[in-house]
Amino acid sequence: MAEDKNTLLVARDLKKYFDIGRGQVVKAVDGISFSIKEGETLGLVGESGCGKSTVGRTIVGLYDATDGEVIFDGMNVGELDKKEKKHFTRKAQMIFQDPYASLNPRMTITDIIGEGIDIHELYEGKERQKRIYDLLEVVGLSREHASRFPHEFSGGQRQRIGIARALAIEPRFIVCDEPISALDVSIQAQVVNLLEDLQDDLGLTYLFIAHDLSMVKHISDRIAVMYLGAMVELADSHDLYEQPLHPYTQALLSAVPIPDPDIEKSRQRIILEGDVPSPINPPPGCKFQGRCKYVQPICREVAPEFKEKGKNHFVACHVVK
Amino acid sequence: MEKLNKDKLLLEVKDLHVSFDTYAGEVKAVRGVNFHVNRGETLAIVGESGCGKSVTAQTIMQLIPMPPGKIKKGSIIFDGNDLAKYSDKKMESVRGKEISMVFQDPMTSLNPTMKVGKQIMEGLIKHQKMSKEEAKKRAVEMLKLVGLPTPEKRAEQYPHEFSGGMRQRAMIAIALACNPKLLIADEPTTALDVTIQAQIIELMKDLQIKLDTAIILITHDLGVVAKISDRIAVMYAGVIVESGTSNEIFYKPKHPYTWGLLKSVPRLDLERKERLLPIYGTPPDLFSPPAGCPFAARCDYAMKICKEKYPQKFGITDTHHVHCWLQHEMAPEVKHPLAEGGTN
Repeated sequence: MAEDKNTLLVARDLKKYFDIGRGQVVKAVDGISFSIKEGETLGLVGESGCGKSTVGRTIVGLYDATDGEVIFDGMNVGELDKKEKKHFTRKAQMIFQDPYASLNPRMTITDIIGEGIDIHELYEGKERQKRIYDLLEVVGLSREHASRFPHEFSGGQRQRIGIARALAIEPRFIVCDEPISALDVSIQAQVVNLLEDLQDDLGLTYLFIAHDLSMVKHISDRIAVMYLGAMVELADSHDLYEQPLHPYTQALLSAVPIPDPDIEKSRQRIILEGDVPSPINPPPGCKFQGRCKYVQPICREVAPEFKEKGKNHFVACHVVK
Repeated sequence: MEKLNKDKLLLEVKDLHVSFDTYAGEVKAVRGVNFHVNRGETLAIVGESGCGKSVTAQTIMQLIPMPPGKIKKGSIIFDGNDLAKYSDKKMESVRGKEISMVFQDPMTSLNPTMKVGKQIMEGLIKHQKMSKEEAKKRAVEMLKLVGLPTPEKRAEQYPHEFSGGMRQRAMIAIALACNPKLLIADEPTTALDVTIQAQIIELMKDLQIKLDTAIILITHDLGVVAKISDRIAVMYAGVIVESGTSNEIFYKPKHPYTWGLLKSVPRLDLERKERLLPIYGTPPDLFSPPAGCPFAARCDYAMKICKEKYPQKFGITDTHHVHCWLQHEMAPEVKHPLAEGGTN
């Protein structure tokens, strides 16, 4: 894949396997490659169990990659020593899905946001407190909230605290792992707008992981689609929705209901048969073979290469010409 | 008030109030809800978490633990009988037979220690007085009807051997086994992936036509609603703020909360990179709901009266009703924001 000067992060043939005993291995992420440019938002979509969250976690170093490499700003994340790793974690942060589980209930908001500041020794004393107040205001909360505990906040407010915590150490890159899926629709828009504003103001780069395709389309510049640990398609957000090439992407997009009764009535839906198979010992060849209506003999033998089929439009499929 | 056709009318909920006693005080979860469902139609109740939509549904089925819950007021007329007055014992002849329910989480709503076939048979043996053999045959038929391949084998399996989508199909099979007149589906697709969600929605639509079951669909997903519902009731903070046919709610919404709901979700089919319009603030506390319109604090168009007095019901058409002071003749004229954007 083309890597120009603006590329902030590159994942090359990234693999993450989990050993679950009895000689069985879950291939959660099975060789995926992509790059993210500085200041852009890459959306990562797929159904539950496709490995999208594992990709996010492996990239920020919460998991050690089984194979492959992650290059962040020229550094190979897998080969950093302790000091470099600390520097890297300051630059790459994460926002989690569950705003209830991702904040320590016994810590005040000041301590939650301040923890990173202390570890990286960024500010002390009055400056630290001021920084925390500023961050709360940036994310739309107020300084009175600083001494409270997480249980005193609603889901949307907690997600704002999670964002403030991530921002506290001035990162360049944030992995947003389903940051809005636990929130109500009217609150989702608030958080998405906040993320967009922060990106504009601070020049942040996002990897936005979600299963809500409408929201991903709204926020992303480019979108990658994953299925069972493999990346099946990667394209500009507009192109992907206008011209999905992979049969899975086509089915996924057609399954998303549109809040408009007339459109819904006339829409032809591609209904996929069956479920996502287990990632334990997946079959050889294309991962989507079992549910694909265009399946060819070759699909059952050889895994398709991830190739550029249009301008900046990558697909892994034997059938797409 | 819309003229209700007595022959078509299946369920009528009148002025329902449900509260819960907690240590912190009384939570007024449902505060005067009115709606009806006709035979064979789908009514969607839309709203955010905590708006009382699930409590309303569970009250119809009398699944609310009492205490702490209680029906403070109102009636639930199902096929001519008031379910609110039914004893627990009497309800047993309604649940599963006349009214069934499909829950959000298929992982936790099936019995993990019982074979799936047996869970379908339970209702058949109890309500239809079937013999074990008959019930077993019918269970397999039901599993086939909901689209499970190899139903004979599946009937002998336990829920943990099923995937999420298959479990939801099994739930639907259990719910529909006794041919109920009304199916209450409480967020039936929320826990499922979109491709599976599409399968389940298609299945529900299909079965509704085959079995002529009325459905109350409870959801927060307006997309799902557009696909399947005939009429929609929008709930907020324990009250229905707007109700109408699917087309009326989507194309001519009148309540600012409905506008907000429609405007705050991005749409897959529209090429727009503009900002989303969120509804600012959060829903009110139902320990002490506001005296006026519960949405007033978050409403861009709130007037003085909105904070003081709960708006009366304004009829737009025979089927379309809204509780909003903007409809009052003295209110300033407000164009709804969706009309200007030209999204429709």
